[in-house]
Amino acid sequence: MAELKAQNPFADLLPLKIGGVSVDARDLGHLTVLGDLGNRAALAEALEQAHGLALPEPLRSTENGATRCIWLGSSEVLLIGTPPDAALTKVAAVVDVSDGWAAVQLSGVGAEDVLARLVPVDVRTSVFERGHTLRSQLREMPVSITRNEGGFLLLVPRSVAATMVQELRRAMEAVASRR
Amino acid sequence: MRIAGRGMIDRRKPVSFTFDGRRYSGFAGDTVASALLANGQRLMGRSFKYHRPRGVLTAGSEEPNALVTTGVGPASEPNVRATTQEIYEGLAVRSQNAWPSLDFDVMAVNDLASPYLGAGFYYKTFMWPRRFWERVYEPVIRRAAGLGALSGQPNADAYEKAYAFCDLLVIGAGPTGLMAALAAGRAGADVILADEDAVMGGRLNAESEIVEGQPGQAWAAEVVAELAAMDNVRLMPRTTVTGAYDGGMFGALERVNQHRARRGTGAPLECFWRIAAKQSILAAGALERPVAFANNDRPGIMMAGAVRVYLNRWGVAPGKQVAVFGNNDDAHRTARELAAAGVHVAALIDCREGVRVQGAAYPVLSGAQVCNASGRKELEAVTIRTASGEHKIQADCLAISGGWNPSVHLTCHLNGRPTWNADIQAFVPTPGAVPGMRAAGACNGVFSTRGCFVAGLEAATAALEALGRKPVAINFPEAEDAAYKLEPLWAVAGKGRAWLDFQNDVCVKDVAQAAAENFRSVEHMKRYTTQGMAPDQGKNSNVTALAVLADATGRGIAETGTTTFRPPYTPVSIAAMGAGGQGKGFAPERFTTSHAASLAMKAPMVEAGLWYRPSYFPRGQERHWRQSCDREVGFVRNAVGICDVSTLGKIDIQGPDAAKLLDLVYVNTFSSLKVGKVRYGLMLREDGFVMDDGTCARLGDQHYLMTTTTGAAGQVMRHLEFVTQCLHPEWQVHVISVTDHWAQFAVAGPKSRDLLNGLLDAPIDNASFPFMACGAVQLGGVEARLFRISFSGEHAYEIAVPARYGAALFDLLVARAEAMGGGAYGMEALNVLRLEKGHLTHAEIDGRATAGDVGMEAMVSDAKDCIGKTMSERPGLRDPKRGQLVGLRPVGAVKQLTAGAFLFAPGDEAIRENAQGHTSSVGFSPDIGTFIGLGFVTRGRQRHGERLRMVDHLREIEAEVEICAPVFVDPEGGRARG
Repeated sequence: MAELKAQNPFADLLPLKIGGVSVDARDLGHLTVLGDLGNRAALAEALEQAHGLALPEPLRSTENGATRCIWLGSSEVLLIGTPPDAALTKVAAVVDVSDGWAAVQLSGVGAEDVLARLVPVDVRTSVFERGHTLRSQLREMPVSITRNEGGFLLLVPRSVAATMVQELRRAMEAVASRR
Repeated sequence: MRIAGRGMIDRRKPVSFTFDGRRYSGFAGDTVASALLANGQRLMGRSFKYHRPRGVLTAGSEEPNALVTTGVGPASEPNVRATTQEIYEGLAVRSQNAWPSLDFDVMAVNDLASPYLGAGFYYKTFMWPRRFWERVYEPVIRRAAGLGALSGQPNADAYEKAYAFCDLLVIGAGPTGLMAALAAGRAGADVILADEDAVMGGRLNAESEIVEGQPGQAWAAEVVAELAAMDNVRLMPRTTVTGAYDGGMFGALERVNQHRARRGTGAPLECFWRIAAKQSILAAGALERPVAFANNDRPGIMMAGAVRVYLNRWGVAPGKQVAVFGNNDDAHRTARELAAAGVHVAALIDCREGVRVQGAAYPVLSGAQVCNASGRKELEAVTIRTASGEHKIQADCLAISGGWNPSVHLTCHLNGRPTWNADIQAFVPTPGAVPGMRAAGACNGVFSTRGCFVAGLEAATAALEALGRKPVAINFPEAEDAAYKLEPLWAVAGKGRAWLDFQNDVCVKDVAQAAAENFRSVEHMKRYTTQGMAPDQGKNSNVTALAVLADATGRGIAETGTTTFRPPYTPVSIAAMGAGGQGKGFAPERFTTSHAASLAMKAPMVEAGLWYRPSYFPRGQERHWRQSCDREVGFVRNAVGICDVSTLGKIDIQGPDAAKLLDLVYVNTFSSLKVGKVRYGLMLREDGFVMDDGTCARLGDQHYLMTTTTGAAGQVMRHLEFVTQCLHPEWQVHVISVTDHWAQFAVAGPKSRDLLNGLLDAPIDNASFPFMACGAVQLGGVEARLFRISFSGEHAYEIAVPARYGAALFDLLVARAEAMGGGAYGMEALNVLRLEKGHLTHAEIDGRATAGDVGMEAMVSDAKDCIGKTMSERPGLRDPKRGQLVGLRPVGAVKQLTAGAFLFAPGDEAIRENAQGHTSSVGFSPDIGTFIGLGFVTRGRQRHGERLRMVDHLREIEAEVEICAPVFVDPEGGRARG
C-alpha cells in the first residue's frame, strides 16, 4: 500500500527572524469554511452547540480554547482547530480547506510596521485589537489577518506561500534597516 | 564663504564630496548647494534650452537651476535638486545638460541663436517634411534640450511603499505646522507631522529671530523634541506630501536613505507613503517669487529669502558684495541680516517710492529698479534705473524679492481653484477646496511668525473639534509680528531677455508673443511657451507669468486665473511609486505541490496566469523540446502519463439551490446530472460569448465541484459570486474556491487504471468506474477524489488529494508510470494531446467565440434559460459567415503551421480584407506525423476538404492547408471509454 508523506506549505522557508520581527509557520489543524446558506441563526446555534463558539460578526473572531472561528467574508466564517461537527452540514455549506491556506504567525516589535508596507489597512492596536480580523491584500495576494495574543495570524492561499515569505522578508529588512 | 558663529551645521564634522569630479568639503548638515556656495562654487547647472550658466536660486525643493545627478552607474539619479540633497562622505555629484563640461558647454551656442528660439519656434519650424519629425527633428531636439539622463541600466536601489493612518495630518513643520501639531498632540489626537526638510522648523530655522525669548531655531528644536516624545505623534522628516486625493488620502515621498553613504540590507532609498487622514492641516508655507529683468538668471542672483536661509541655516554668505532688490519689507530683512553678519551690502534697492530705513549701514535706493545684470558665469554688476537714469553698481550677489506666493498647490489637487488676494498680490487657498483640509499660516497668506502661531493653533482647534476632541490650553509664544507690505512688481521694463521660468527658459517676451498670437488663455500660454512645465512645475514662475500675461492681454490677474495644479507637488520617482514591482515582485508566483519535483527533473517552467507549470521534462539525449514533447505524447497514447492539473480552478458549490445556479450559468443542464457523475459544461458571458469551459462533478445531492480553466478561474469565481450575491441573493447556495486545497493529477493512457489499481486501497474497474464517473477513494489511508475524465482522449483519470500530500503523490505516480513505460508530461504534450482531440483552450474561446463558432450550439439547452443565451441570439452572433472551428493540416511543400496566422483563398492577395479566418493553435502530432492545427474559417464546417493559404505575416511563413474535422485521433471516442 502506498504511503503518502505530508509536507507543509513553506518547506524550509521558515522560520524567519529579521530585526525584532519573526515569522513562524503555523499548523492550525483542521480548517473548515462554513458558508451561511441563509439561516444565520441556525448556523449560530449549531456552532454554539457543537463547538461552544459564537458565530463571529464581520471583522471579528471568537475562540473557545484552541478552537477558533474567524470571519472570512460575506456569509463565510472559518472554523479553526477542530473537525467540524456533522450537525453543521445541515445548516451550512461545510468545506474542508485545511490544505488551502498557508498560515504564519507574525510577531515582535515592528510587526505592525511590516504590515504597513504590505497591507493597505490600518492594523495598529488602537483600531485593530486582539480578536479583530480582516480580509485584504498582502501586496497582491489575498490575505486574512487576525490579531492574536502574540501578534498577527496571516493566512494566504497555499500556492503563494513562497511569495508571501519573500514579501515579508523584504518588508522586514526594510523595517529593520530603519532601526 | 562661511560666516563664523552662524548656522545649524556641525563644524566638528567635516564631510567631503565631489562635484564634477572635484573634491569639496562641507559640514554635516550641509546641502550640496550650501556646501558649494560655501566653497565659492556658484555655477551649478546649465539651463534647459539656451544652456545658460546658472547658479542656485532658492534654498528649497522649488529650485529651478541647481539640478544635479547623484551617484554613478545604475545607482545614479538625475534631476536631484542640490538644495535638498544633503551631503555625506563620498557623495558624487555631477552637473547636467552640459557638454563637454559645465564650465565650457558647446550647446551654449543656443544662447546666441536665441532670437530664433523663442516660444513657438519648434511648432513653426519643424512642420515639414512630416516624416522628419519623429526621425530627425525630435531626436536632435531632445538631445540638445534636456535635463539629466537615466543610466540605462536596471535600478539597483531598493524602494518601498507603505501606508500610514492618522486623525490629523499636518503638512509642513514651520511655525504654523509645529504649533498645530503641538496643540493636536497635546490634545491626544493621532498626529502625523510631515516636512520636506531633514530638520523640522521651516522658516524658524531660516530666520534670525527671537521666539519666546530664545532663538527661533532653539524654540523649534524644543517643540520637535516634545512632539517626538509623544506616542500619538509621528514625525516624518524628509517627507514631501506630494498629492491630496479623494477620501482624505495623501501621497507622500520620503527620502529614506538619500542622505547616507551606507545603506543596510534591503534599506530603501525612498518610500512612497499613502497616508489616510481624517483631518489635515496644510502648513506648507510660501515661495518667494523673482522679479523679471534683463539677464536676471545670472549665477549669483538669488531669492532674498534664500540668501537668509544660507546665512542663518548654513552660515554661508552667498557673496562678498551683495545687492538687495525688492518690492516689499521682507527684502529689507535680508539687507539688515547680511549687514549684521558682517557681509558687505552694496545697496538696498526698493522699487517703492519714499522708503526710508533708519540707521542703515548701506545705501538705500527708493523708487529704483534693477534693470540689467552683467557677468556671465558669475554676477559682476547690476544696472540700476532711477528717476535720474541708469547706473551700474558692483555686486557678486543680488538678492531679489517680488513678494511671496502661498503654497496653495495641495488645496487645488481636487480641482479647486485658488482665490486672488489683492492685499498680498497673490493667490490664497479657497476654503473647503479639499474636504477636511485647513490651510493655515504662510500658505494661507499670513506671513508673520506670530500670525503663523495663531493660525496653526486655530486650525488645530478646528480640526480637533471636527475629530470630536477637546483642545487643551497652550501658552502662546511671543514672536515677531511685522506687517507685510508690498507694491506689485512683476517685470522691469526694458530690452533683453527677462526670465520668468528659469528651468524651461521662458522669458517675458515669450509670454507676450503667446498673447500676440492669441494664445491668451493661461492654459494655452502655458502649452505654447512651456512655462511651468519643467520639474519645478512653475513654482517659481507661475504667478509672475500670468501677471505678465494679464498685462499683455489687458485683463486683471484674478480674471486671467491660474493653470491647473496637479500632483505631484515635487517629482516622485516611478521607482518609488512602483516599489516592490521590480523583477519577480511584479506579481505573486503560484506554485503547485509538484513544483520542486518538476525543477529537479529540469523542466523549463512556463507561466499560466500566475501559476508556473512544467513545459516538458527533458531526458538523456534529447536536444530539442519537440523530442521531449513527442515522447511525452507517446507516453499517454501508448502507456500512461502523469500531469499536474492542480492549477485548474476548483469551486465547491453547495446548498439546496446549487443545481439551479449551475443550470443558470452553464448552457447545458446540470440539475439532471446523477450523483457520482461528471459532465462537460460551457458557460457564456452576459454578452453571449463563451466565458469558459470545464467539467462539473456532482459529489452529492446538493454538492457540486466545478472545474474551470487555469486562466479563467478568477473570472468564473467572480461571475458566480455576482450571480449569487446580485442576481439571486435569495438562493440557498454557497460557492467556495478549493483550488489551493486539492493537488490534482491527470493519470492518462491505456495503462492508467492499472497504475491506479496499484495505489488505491480498493481497486476500480470499468463497471464501478465508467467514463465520466467520479467518487471518493482512499490512497494509503488518505481520502482522495477520483474523476474519470479525459482531456487527451485516452482512458484517463484525475486524482485529487489534499495539497499536503501533493508532492508525495506526484513522485509516486511518476515513479509508477515510469515503471510502466510512461512518465510525466508537460504543457507542450498536453497541448498536442488536446489538439489531436480538438479540445478547446482559451486560444479558441478567446472572448470572441460563440457556442456556435466552436461547434457546441447543440449543447445550449432549449429547455431552460441561461446567462448569455438571449444575447447569443443576436444576428451578428448567428451570422452564418462567422468563423467556425475547423481542423487544419498542411498539404503543400511547407509543412509548418503557426498559430495566429491568417487564412486566405488560394488566389487571393494576403491582405486583411481577404482573410477567411485564422489559426488559433497548432502543434506537431506524432500520431499523424505532421503539424496539425485548429482554426476558425468562415462557414468552415461545410468546407472540409477545401484548401486555403495560411500566411503568417509576422514570422513570414506561408503554407497550403486543408480544412478538416477538428478531431484528428479516435474520432469515435472509444479509447476514453475503454
